[in-house]
Amino acid sequence: MKIAIASGKGGTGKTTLSTNLASFFAGKQDVALIDLDVEEPNSGLFITGELVHSEDKHKMIPVWDKEKCTFCGRCQQVCHFHAIISLGTQIMVFPELCHSCYACSELCPTNALPMDFRKMGELKHWKEGSLSFIESRLDIGQEQAVPLIAQTLTYVAENFSADNILLFDAPPGTSCPVIEATKDADFVILVTEPTPFGLHDLKLAVETMQELKKQFGVVINRYGIGNDEVIDYCHKNGIDILAKFPNDRRIAELYSRGELVYEKFPEFRKQLELVADYISNLQQGGGK
Amino acid sequence: MRIAFTAKGKDWESPMDARFGRAEFLVVYDEEADTLSHFDNREIANVGHGAGPQTAQKIFDMKVDALVTGNGPGGNAAAVLNQTGIKIFIGAGDMTIRKAYEAYQKKQLNLA
Repeated sequence: MKIAIASGKGGTGKTTLSTNLASFFAGKQDVALIDLDVEEPNSGLFITGELVHSEDKHKMIPVWDKEKCTFCGRCQQVCHFHAIISLGTQIMVFPELCHSCYACSELCPTNALPMDFRKMGELKHWKEGSLSFIESRLDIGQEQAVPLIAQTLTYVAENFSADNILLFDAPPGTSCPVIEATKDADFVILVTEPTPFGLHDLKLAVETMQELKKQFGVVINRYGIGNDEVIDYCHKNGIDILAKFPNDRRIAELYSRGELVYEKFPEFRKQLELVADYISNLQQGGGK
Repeated sequence: MRIAFTAKGKDWESPMDARFGRAEFLVVYDEEADTLSHFDNREIANVGHGAGPQTAQKIFDMKVDALVTGNGPGGNAAAVLNQTGIKIFIGAGDMTIRKAYEAYQKKQLNLA
């Protein structure tokens, strides 16, 4: 069962929910938490364990072979991402802009742009009891999150049964990295806060999930601030609200120390159980 | 000399565009021929990444000797332009093309 935890707005509590939920499930069954926010992974601040696997991740980029090049300019014309510039008798490749689509390499009439490996980041896998934690982290200066997210999903598919609960902590927003992180999920939890900002970005996230034809539900975090517009919106649009986590300074204090919340905060735990029950129900084929 | 300007329009009185990669128009003044030509670069607004290198490619293709702009090109675009030998003058973002050209002639603009 693949559950993606996403949000339109950043800072609504994706990581708080992901890490607490993973730890909570781990007391009962095998669970894996995968931090797919590869530009700024932070679940690892809350989850520890024994490092069981670590690997460099690479993407393929074209490397210019000056001797073979006839300077026809075809590579520059076909690159949709402007990662290749043709300056008369010189070709420049911008690896950070490259999407590894192979178009320039395949269409070069003289094979002057063979593809080669380039390191873009690292994947690490920790384990503690029944909890596996996987984090991928882009190298500084890398601009493309999608290839690393895609490779991380491949690692997860190769190493975990879909019978386990797999929790994917997604990046914020609604752009390509979020699509990549949620497109294979069986269910998406959208975390929001009950404020005008929260509602605005929730609507964008909902539209994205509808476009992807995903099953999804909403978790409200910091319940008690703002207004009731998020709740009204969900009711009006038939969107399940899985839980409402209270706004409480003590939760922020625990978070700021890198501690899990549910063990020390009964009201938080109660809401977390609602989310866990919802997922267990989905897992047993209950659905809505 | 052929001099390129990043601008928001295509004639002498048009305001300059301080941005390089996402400049709306690339206007070229050919001093020998005394002609003003332009390239409409507004489709660049639809480009998510790589606007700088793409505009730099265009500047190269226009075969200019100098570029007059505002904020100056970013890292990727600068890497391209450095290969071309085109001289880059910055700080003309708040002028019209005419004023920018005058400032260029009077050597009042800084090299990037």
